[in-house]
Amino acid sequence: MDPDTDIGGPLHKFPVTNHSAIVNARSEDQITRQRALDTILTSYWKPVYKYIRLKWQVSNEDAKDLTQGFFANAFEKDHFANYDAGKASFQTFLRTCLDGFVANERKAGGRLKRGGGMDHYSLDFAAAEDELASHAVTSTLNPEDYFHREWVRWMFTLAVDAFRIRCVDSGRTVYFQLFERYDLSDDNVSYASLAQEFGLEPATVNNYLAAARRDFRRIVLEKLREITATDEEFRTEARSLLGVDVK
Amino acid sequence: MKWLSDDRLNHLRTIVSEPDFSSTKYTFVKELGRGGMGEVYLAEDRELNRLVAVKVLNTPDVTDDLRRRMIREAQIIAGLEHPGIVPVHDVGTLPDGRIFYAMKYVRGLRLDEYAAQGASLRDRLRKFQAVCDAVAFAHAHGVIHRDLKPQNIMIGSFGEVLVLDWGVAKILEPRIDADERRSIRVYPRESAANETSDGTVIGTRDYMSPEQARGEIDQIDERADVYSLGAVLRFLLTDKATRTAKAICSKAMAHVPESRYASASELSADIARLLDSEPVSAYRENAFEKVSRWVGKNRFLVLLILAYLLMRIILIFTSRP
Repeated sequence: MDPDTDIGGPLHKFPVTNHSAIVNARSEDQITRQRALDTILTSYWKPVYKYIRLKWQVSNEDAKDLTQGFFANAFEKDHFANYDAGKASFQTFLRTCLDGFVANERKAGGRLKRGGGMDHYSLDFAAAEDELASHAVTSTLNPEDYFHREWVRWMFTLAVDAFRIRCVDSGRTVYFQLFERYDLSDDNVSYASLAQEFGLEPATVNNYLAAARRDFRRIVLEKLREITATDEEFRTEARSLLGVDVK
Repeated sequence: MKWLSDDRLNHLRTIVSEPDFSSTKYTFVKELGRGGMGEVYLAEDRELNRLVAVKVLNTPDVTDDLRRRMIREAQIIAGLEHPGIVPVHDVGTLPDGRIFYAMKYVRGLRLDEYAAQGASLRDRLRKFQAVCDAVAFAHAHGVIHRDLKPQNIMIGSFGEVLVLDWGVAKILEPRIDADERRSIRVYPRESAANETSDGTVIGTRDYMSPEQARGEIDQIDERADVYSLGAVLRFLLTDKATRTAKAICSKAMAHVPESRYASASELSADIARLLDSEPVSAYRENAFEKVSRWVGKNRFLVLLILAYLLMRIILIFTSRP
């Protein structure tokens, strides 16, 4: 099969998704809108923080203020409501807004309020800083690619956490434990050794892991669905997130 | 939250993008390729203990017309029983809702890979003729491929030729007789407009007929495939190609459909004549070319006559006193 088969044309239309935080950020309903903004903040704060540190070369304290300030400003002025899915992905839109915001702040010369009015959010900047310190940025990666890669990493991290919580809540902790040992750990373990470790048949390990991966996949896509505005964008980002080439 | 290393991240991306065959009789082996319609995986059929190629829609969202096209592709191919058309074994849905179909796993080379291995012009023309015959069979059953190109043609390990990727095929009005039609298991009567609308471009640019490139869906018939076959022939022709071969190519790729071969069978027939050193419909020979072709075709006889004449001359000279 060849990748250059074109399927396209002027009549392609994609409906707006129902579970999108990007869409709900424009909601008239205050609670819906607030939930949507929380989702956007949760999904993007860490890549935003790291991107500011890398691209704008500011101190950790300034990056923290700029991150909080950026989201506070965007929420207050409804910037995300201006997003047009026909022009770019939300990720690109957000990064462009961020660059504009940081450039303006630097021009204005540090008038940014500490915490940016976002103090009620618990954002673990110390952990983000630790990650920056422990994992050097590849010099060949430009800031935009770095932002994308860190966003993908963060999406998967959030999905792993959500999967863990679901497994615990549904009494299927062993599914997560197997997934953690086999798919998240750097240890080179086999199904047979896991079967011995957990007192299961190897076939059961196989089945549990298949189910765990299926659930994990669903969670990743749910998370992605939340932060894309249209089905087209969802598909494009899914390809990008799942490692499928995007034409 | 635990930091995910690049290795772990790549691993998670892989396992998430792999198809989940748990509800099927197939076991994932490896990915074979990706295309506009979906991904193709190598899988093992556990019941029959054989390898199959499984095509899965590449998007996680299955509520669009790509899904309908994929089912349709399976139905169309399943209905076309011909040695030159890859057979479909099974169609189904994965647990995540994605459509898949299992088809014969063809071991071999794509036509472009085959040509790159230095196959002779004669061998290339023979393979091309087999492609024409498979396409002609599809045309006889009202199916226009619309995406013929070397990458969609496989040469199997026994030298058999198989045309793949019928995902963007167009169904024409049925024109076959009732007996023949009964042999087609799935034969949905759908107008092209149901699937693709005017202005929608489907195909691959270098192999696409002008009317197809313009998105004129209603104008596309067998001759659009004839044009693509001509482009495939152009790809296969080497520097050693004769004027006759080039003329066949030019006729197949005529800008106006009326100037092309009316069908893939006609094109196939001209290729057969070319291989047999017979005159072809696409080229009018002059007297010298006719003689030259006759000599080429009857080389053995000509050599025999020349040898006889030479012997007579030698005898005449040696028998002189």
